[in-house]
Formats: sequence, structure tokens, C-alpha cells
Amino acid sequence: MNLRRLFAVSRKEVLQLRRDRRSMVLAFLLPLLLLLLFGYAISWDVREIATAVWDADNTPQSRALLDAFWASGYFDEVARVDDAAAAGAVLDRSEASVVLALPRGFARNLASGETATVQALVDGSDANTATIVLAYSRAIVLGYGARVRLEGGKPPLPLHVQSRVWYNEELRSRNMIVPGLVAVIMMIIAAMLTSLTLSREWERGTMEQLASTPVTRAEVVLGKLLPYLAIGMIDVAATSAVGVLLFDVPFRGSVLLLAVLSFLFLLGASGIGIFVSAGSKSQLLATQVAMIVSYLPSLLLSGFMFAISSMPAPLRAITYLIPARYFLVVTRGIFLKGVGIEVLRGEALLMAIFAVAGVTLAVVRFKKEIE
Amino acid sequence: MESHREERSDEAISTRNAPGTPAAESAIAVRDLTRAFGTFTAVDHVTFEVARGEVFGFLGPNGAGKTTTIKMLAGLLAPSAGEARVAGLDVAREPEAVKQRIGYMSQLFSLYGDLTVEENITFFGGLYGLRGREREERRDWVLEMAALEAARGRLVRELALGYKQRLALGCAVLHRPPILFLDEPTSGVDPLSRRSFWDLIHELARGGTTVLVSTHYMEEAEYCHRLALMNRGKLVALDTPPALRKKLGAPILEVRAADAPAAVEALQGEPAVKAVGLFGRALHVTVDEAARGEEAVRQRLGEAGIAVEAVRRIPPSLEDVFVALVQESGGALVS
Repeated sequence: MNLRRLFAVSRKEVLQLRRDRRSMVLAFLLPLLLLLLFGYAISWDVREIATAVWDADNTPQSRALLDAFWASGYFDEVARVDDAAAAGAVLDRSEASVVLALPRGFARNLASGETATVQALVDGSDANTATIVLAYSRAIVLGYGARVRLEGGKPPLPLHVQSRVWYNEELRSRNMIVPGLVAVIMMIIAAMLTSLTLSREWERGTMEQLASTPVTRAEVVLGKLLPYLAIGMIDVAATSAVGVLLFDVPFRGSVLLLAVLSFLFLLGASGIGIFVSAGSKSQLLATQVAMIVSYLPSLLLSGFMFAISSMPAPLRAITYLIPARYFLVVTRGIFLKGVGIEVLRGEALLMAIFAVAGVTLAVVRFKKEIE
Repeated sequence: MESHREERSDEAISTRNAPGTPAAESAIAVRDLTRAFGTFTAVDHVTFEVARGEVFGFLGPNGAGKTTTIKMLAGLLAPSAGEARVAGLDVAREPEAVKQRIGYMSQLFSLYGDLTVEENITFFGGLYGLRGREREERRDWVLEMAALEAARGRLVRELALGYKQRLALGCAVLHRPPILFLDEPTSGVDPLSRRSFWDLIHELARGGTTVLVSTHYMEEAEYCHRLALMNRGKLVALDTPPALRKKLGAPILEVRAADAPAAVEALQGEPAVKAVGLFGRALHVTVDEAARGEEAVRQRLGEAGIAVEAVRRIPPSLEDVFVALVQESGGALVS
């Protein structure tokens, strides 16, 4: 390994990058754009649920229960209906996603100590939202029931759950999404950018002159990696800063640890990009392949969107091959939990293996032979 | 300092590896060099030697195997069979060591168009391990040699082809290689630039550089000390330009006819005609014997209804030799 030659390659790569607007946009604007786009667009929080009311009882008690719904902040009254047909109609037209039906005799049953029923008709076409709406409704009704028992001088139900949420106290999904996004975006950027490096030389014919010099394959691959590692580190810092400053995501762990583990991850991700690049003689093909191997798996199989624990076994097995899976644990752990290397060493080790394997495969696949 | 040590040890290895390698003097020694791509044999048992300081020309039609041979000698392509030693090193076994001792200029321009002239020079200087004062000296030398001092800050893609090619030559000799491979370095360049490019080649050769150059311009072939004629992957002739001309014993007739391309076609089946080629607006016809040949040509063209304007005997040019040898060895492979 001759460092002079390696740095000559790095220096040339930087010069070319600076003059290539497409790569500059990809390197510095796309990560922030993706973060803003995903950060604002993706939210698993359910708020302001459009609610229609069918209050057949119309008593102070029924109105008190409805007030409990409005006070929770999750439900918004959008319509009043007075029969089953109208209730069905507002759901059909998607004017409301839930209809709260309080039957005649609600107050009477409550007063006499009998079980009073409330019906929630939920639009189940979005299963996720429906489940959350039902859970919220149940919690509000239970709370109201307990209050009624207390006011009536009866003791509340003997069993009571006192729950407390850690790490993401307000249960804001954004707190989970933003650190995850940092991982997904880095995978995409690192693999995409580096996928252009060797394929560009093949496509433009410059590989022939390069191959005729004594520069070794490892010097070319590592020399090309260096600038992209630097870009990746800048991107991690920038996206993290935006996450903290703009999206109010807590950052509780060590900046240094995040930097070290990001470096490992970027090394592996760039290795994959160069590996793809080494085998494609066109830049277009290389970006497309890099997109397929980086974007979709990182988005869908890393645990970013869907919990890995609820995936079927074969899919779960595949996730172990997705490097973003490990980096996701790292960013979420460092941002939200403030954990240190003692918790993340498993992920760190796997990312180190992935980094070594990525770079080695890239060097092996890259041939200096010109036909 | 390090590179000196490396050089010595490499030489020691090469003499150990090949006791009795012929002619310590030859810069390039090739024996039965062969390269196949699938079922197609691009280079077929080629054998030759090039002496130090020689300007050695490779001549042949497209697809003759010139480029493939040069790529193997430059360590860019592994031979399928045979042996090639460049600067005393086996190209199949030590391609990277060979690359430090050679300069290579490819058929297609392959410097970086999005870098400036100076940035290209600095980059290749770095790859060849030049440093400090030497790097600056060599850079200035290339800028002067290629007459690019005024354009040193310009992007290479904006340069005219003639300048690009001189820059490519400069980048190939930055590290003062003893051997230089030039694959059709002047294709597409105007005659004036071609001429000045060849002056550079001869200047390098006078300085002791061995130059192996391929071309399809006949007038350029005359500038070479020795010429190798390739056709269909085989070496069909190898000698100095005067000797090659002498080799062609058969007389050549220059025929001017009304419709030259049609005349070429008409003469191709004629038994008295050994070879026929189109040179500008005239035909060069190789015949067995001048008088009988002229008669046969006039008769055949008369039958074909092509008016003959003039027929005269001329001394053979290199191109005639080339055409005759190519047709003798089975015609050109048009790719």
C-alpha cells in the first residue's frame, strides 16, 4: 500500500466531485431533503380523530362521557347523527373514522348500577388507526367508569395498571423516526454515491489510463472511499443536528460514540456501493442496483418501518444481512436511551465485520484488466 | 530511494526466473503470444523482439490484433498462452512491476475531461510516485513539451484533440519510462499535428526510450525503424520499411480509370492480378509481369465498360506491400 498513490486518488476524486453538481446535490442536499420529507410526512401518531356522535340518550351523564372524549385531545366532533343509517353513511363517506353511539337508557343504567354500554363504530379500512382509536376509546370509557364509581361512593376496581413510558415519554413517533431516518438515509447516500465512482471511470474510458499505472486495486478502492467517508460523516452530523434542533428529538448519548459507529457503518455501506460499481460499466446501472440493495431493504427490513419481531421467520432471517438494522439500534439507542458501548458492542462488532467484508469484496471484485 | 531498491530486487528476480533469456538488450521480447476471447483468437502465436531505443511500428487493419497485443504488453490484459517480457519482466506474472517501467497511451483518449491540464498531470505524477521537486520539474516539462503552458488551468475536455493527445503522451512519460506503448496515438488528428507528434516520438527515442507504436497511417509507418505487419491476429511480416518494399518483387501498376471503385471490383477476380487497392482516385494493381499485366487490366476493364485513362508502372509504396501481404494472408478481417 503506497499512501502517496492512495491520496492522489482521493484528491482527484474530490476535484471531480466538486465539479459534478449532481453528485454534490446527492451528497449534501438529498440527506436533508429526505430527512425533512420523511420527518414531516411519516407519523404514526393518531390525533384529531374525526368523530361522529349518535347520542340517543342526551342526558347530562351521556354528555359528560362525550366531554371526556373531547378533553382527551384525540377526538374531534365532526358530525351528529340520530339513526343507524346516518351513522353508516358518515363512515361510508369517510367523513368520520369513528361513530360513538350512546344508547337510550345510558344514564338510567349507570344510576341503577347496571352495566351501561357505549358503542364505538370504527372504520377498519386502516387497521393501524382503527386499533389505536379503539384503544383510546376503551381507555377513556374505563376512566369515566372509574370516576362514576368513585362519585357514587363505591371503591374503584381492585386492579389498576400504573404505566410509565421510558425513553420516549410523550410517545412521539417522530422521536423514533428521526434517529432511524439518519441510519436509513446514510445507507442510501453512501451506497449511491460510491456506486458511481468506478462505473464512471469505466463509462468514460478513463479506467484504461488508470489501469495502466502501477496503482493497486486496494489503493484505488480506499482512495475513492476516503472522500465519501468524510461526506458521510458530515451528513450524519447535519442530519442529527436537524433532528435535534428542528424536530426536537432528544440526544442523550455520546457524540463520540455515534461518530465512531457511524464511521464503521459508512465504511461498510460505501464498500457495498463500490462493490456494485466494480461490476457495472454504466453509471445508470450502478445507481439502480445500489438503490435496490440499499434503499428498499433499509427502509422495509431494518426495523425502521416494521418491527422485526413481528416479521415471519424467513424475513426475520434476512434482516440480519441488512446493515442498517444494526445502525438503527445504534442511533435510536444513542439518541433516545443514551446507552454506551457496553450495550451496543454486539451491533458495533457486526458493523465492523460488515465494514471489513464490504471493502474486501469491493477490492476483490474490482479488476484492473481492460479488454 | 525505495524505488531504487525495488528496481534492483526486481531485476534480480527476473534474471533468476529466466536464465538464458535471449538478448539482454531487447526491451521487449515476445514469444508465441496468444490471446483468445471465447472462440475468437485475437492474437495468434505472435513472436518478435524490440531493441532498446527502437521505434517499432505495428501496422494492420482494424481487428488485426494490434491493440490486444499492446494491452497484453502493457499488463492490462492477461495472455492466454505464450510469453512476453517487457523490460525484462514477465507481463503475465508481474504486470504491476511492468507498469512502473512503461508508459501507455490508449487508442481512445482516456484522461479526465473534468480535470484541468495541470490536475491531470499532478494526478498521474502521484500515481507514478513522483514527489516534490521532481514532480514539479516533470510537470513543467510536460507543459512545455505539449505546448500547454497557457492552457494549464483549462478543463481538458475543452482542448482540441491534438493538444489532448500531446497531453496524454506527456502523462504517459511523466515517470521517464524506458518503454512507451502508443496505440494509434494520432488517429483523428490533422496532418500537421501528426507531424509534430512524431517529432516528439523521435525525440523520446533519441533519448533512449523504446517506442512501440501502432498506426494505420502509411506515411507514419515510414517513420518507424522497423515495422510489424499484423493481419487476423498473426504477424505476416517484420522488417525495416526499405526491406519490406524490396520484398515485394512483383511490379505495381498505377491505373487511373473513370470509375475507380467499380474498377477495383472488376479486377478482383482477374488471374493475372495478385492484389488491387484503391489509393485516392487511382488503383494500385500488383501483377505477375508488367506488360502482360497491363494488357490483362486493360482488357478486363474494357469488358466491364470502364474507361481506362492511364496505366504506368510505379515503385511499390509501403501501402502496396501492406495490401499485397494482407491479401496474401487471407484478406482483412473487417470488424
